Amino acid sequence: MTSNSTTFDGPSRSLQRNLALLCAAIIFCIPLIQPGQYIIHLLIMCLMWSYIYTSWSIMGRLGLVSFGHGAFLGVGAYTGVLLWNYLGVSPWLGALAAVVVTALLAVLIGYPCFRMKIVGHYFALVTLALSEVVRLIIIGLRDYTGGSLGMTPRTALAQGQEIALGAMQFADKRIWLYLVLVCWLLALYVWHRVDRSMARLALQAISEQEEAAASIGINVRAVKLGLMVLSAAMTCLGGVLYAQYQLYVNPENLSGIGVSLQMVFGVVAGGMFVMLGPTMGAVFLLLLSEGLRLLIGNDLHGVDLAIYGALLVIFIIFMPKGILGTLLHRYDTYVQKRRAKVDVPAKASATPAALSVLESRP
Amino acid sequence: MLSLRNVSAGYGSFQAIVDVSLDVYPGEAVAVIGPNGAGKTTLLRAISKLIPASGRFVVEGRDYTSTPPHEVLGLGLAQVPEHRRLFPLMSVEENLRMGAFLPSARKNWREKLERVYTLFPKMRERRNQAAGTMSGGEQQMCAIGRALMSGPKLLLLDEPSAGLAPVIVQAIFDVVRQMRAEGYTVLIVEQNIHQVLKVVDRAYLLETGKIRNSGSAAELLASDDLRKAYLGI
Amino acid sequence: MDTIFDIYLLEALCNGLLLGGLFALLSLGLNLVFGVMDVVWICYAELIMVGMYAIWWLHTAQGMPVFLACLMGIAFVALLGAAMHQFIIRPVLQAEPINQLLVTGGVLFFLQAGATVVFGIEFRNLGVQLSSINVGEMSFSMSRLLSFAVAAAAIVAISLFLRKTFIGTAIRAISQDRAIMPLMGVNPARIYLTASALGGGLAGLGAALLVLQYDVHPAIGLSFGPLIFLICVLGGLGNLIGGFLAAFVFAQFISVGGFFFQLEWGYVFAFIFFIAVMFWKPQGLLAKRA
Repeated sequence: MTSNSTTFDGPSRSLQRNLALLCAAIIFCIPLIQPGQYIIHLLIMCLMWSYIYTSWSIMGRLGLVSFGHGAFLGVGAYTGVLLWNYLGVSPWLGALAAVVVTALLAVLIGYPCFRMKIVGHYFALVTLALSEVVRLIIIGLRDYTGGSLGMTPRTALAQGQEIALGAMQFADKRIWLYLVLVCWLLALYVWHRVDRSMARLALQAISEQEEAAASIGINVRAVKLGLMVLSAAMTCLGGVLYAQYQLYVNPENLSGIGVSLQMVFGVVAGGMFVMLGPTMGAVFLLLLSEGLRLLIGNDLHGVDLAIYGALLVIFIIFMPKGILGTLLHRYDTYVQKRRAKVDVPAKASATPAALSVLESRP
Repeated sequence: MLSLRNVSAGYGSFQAIVDVSLDVYPGEAVAVIGPNGAGKTTLLRAISKLIPASGRFVVEGRDYTSTPPHEVLGLGLAQVPEHRRLFPLMSVEENLRMGAFLPSARKNWREKLERVYTLFPKMRERRNQAAGTMSGGEQQMCAIGRALMSGPKLLLLDEPSAGLAPVIVQAIFDVVRQMRAEGYTVLIVEQNIHQVLKVVDRAYLLETGKIRNSGSAAELLASDDLRKAYLGI
Repeated sequence: MDTIFDIYLLEALCNGLLLGGLFALLSLGLNLVFGVMDVVWICYAELIMVGMYAIWWLHTAQGMPVFLACLMGIAFVALLGAAMHQFIIRPVLQAEPINQLLVTGGVLFFLQAGATVVFGIEFRNLGVQLSSINVGEMSFSMSRLLSFAVAAAAIVAISLFLRKTFIGTAIRAISQDRAIMPLMGVNPARIYLTASALGGGLAGLGAALLVLQYDVHPAIGLSFGPLIFLICVLGGLGNLIGGFLAAFVFAQFISVGGFFFQLEWGYVFAFIFFIAVMFWKPQGLLAKRA
């Protein structure tokens, strides 16, 4: 994915912002027309996975491709449920604990990785191993976690009770819808802020090329680590939300390489470098899996994953910008051609290149 | 033996050499001299087809403009690249061996090896030493030896004196003289005009990508162009 | 009864040694490919899994004798590796490294899911029973010993290949200076293809050795895949000797860890050990380049 100059400052930025706000407004109003539980459930799933994918892409778009975010998802989900079931700790506090654990894990993995030269490769392999290790730990602690069979949070809703705020359990799906909507918007905002500060950093780095490589190097490392903690923490919260909504957790769905790769695929399919790319990817994946379920039925387990894998390969080779990314790129070029009388020279490839330029210093 | 006509090459939008034409006749030693940034290395890269270039390239009457880079050696053009570029973790002997990778060169590579060792006795001493641990001058000898292993007709040398002490530079140019005596055709690209003009028959002056002047070594040594190019007066 | 010396611990240590040989072979292919092309085959374990299935299918469903099935399996995975390089990796070789990682990730997904669809999730066994050898009170399975012997032989063969042949020397050279290879008359594309086939072949050999000892199921790549990655990273990605040493270290962790605790925890401890080493020496035990 060579140039993302379009997302640097193209007109597609404001387009996406407006689109996001528009979607939020629409979703906000949807419960008013009573669309039924299934639609609301779909929307919740869309938004939740969009949130999770966006959290992943905060790292991914800067070249820090993690193949193990499932680990953070799992830690979030299980920490919340375990603390609630065995210690009665409210999931709200449990989420906090989960974030702390996740942050520690992120630093533990990220710190040694970011000191090495070929970060990308080491990082991918180590995070892959991490997600598997987390899954094994969950299974290994089967006496507490139920192992591969999964576990459910102790229900706090009495008969007919709709809201158990302390237990983060809501029978009314609409509450979940609004909650996840807010989270999604927050994630987009965070993405936007990170993007802006990365742009600033990149310009700074490019202009400060004369300074001692060491000082810039340390700066970059701290930035990467910070981003990793942020991304991991956000993903972890996604796990907490998932656990509390679905009221069931399982190591296969929430940790391990399956869900990790699915995250990667989703973001790549949507567009790794644009703000709404991950969201597009989540929607795409959900539509794809629902569509496949209708076509093939539930019998052939694994066909959908096989198709994901093949599509991932095809996307990378032919459409590395992803669906939305490619569309927005076309839009940007179109708008820029119409606006400018002079050919706008291609801006230097932005943030990923800047980070990698700094990396390649001896 | 080698002919370039209207060759232009560069990196991206920057054209490092523009409309260069030159000839090298069999048995000759020709130099391309010029100050830093003149485009000398780009020229050699273009000749070995390591970078895309426009124009015509002819070797021994054959047009090789569209030959892929790894087939250029098979045409008899062997380059000793800038900064030697030996394989640092491999031994001297292994580096030399790599020079004979061409199927045509593999057949009697041990003979060729012997000849290189005879030419460079120091290399025989250090045959099992890791190439990266040798001194600059030794590395240069090894690099030249590696180029010889393919049994080339034309030797391309990219700034062989770069980064070497004057005494070593002398030794290297003595080697070049020896190459000539053995019958190799040589094209050297150099910044060190004094040394190189003592060794070659003719030279081209390359400045900001264009050939400014050419002539016999003696002529060029005396010309004003040279002074202008190097000293700006 | 002051038994300082537990015979079963010794057995675990020896088994760790045998396992180490196998791991060393498995990591060799990955390191080789990375050394030549700077591409990590994230799907490496899945290639091995496919090889295992191929051998199982040839022997069980087609009635081929085991030895022949293994040979065919090796050839098959070698072809698979070359094909994967030619059609999937080559198009993205010039792009950013992320793309290469992602593309092999996609293959991982595809192979794992594809195996589920074709073969189902049951565990399949080759049905080959080899005896055990008893040394004192320790018992070692023949298949383990055989694996070690074959792995050792293969490693020696590859070393000789890399040292003595022109292609092997070119493979070593290209990892040290890629840009000047054309000046040696070497076509990098051909070296890449050769290395890919070699990597695939080594995966196939690993598959042959594994299928003798273990059952195969679609997710089996997850059991040893991450382990191979950690081994390679620990030894320094691309460093053949480093990987070799790291393999034995890890094998001991698994073997001894599995002796004291359940097998899963051996894995976890190996990972913790790995992280600890990464903090201390981030370039890996022996980095490839200075």
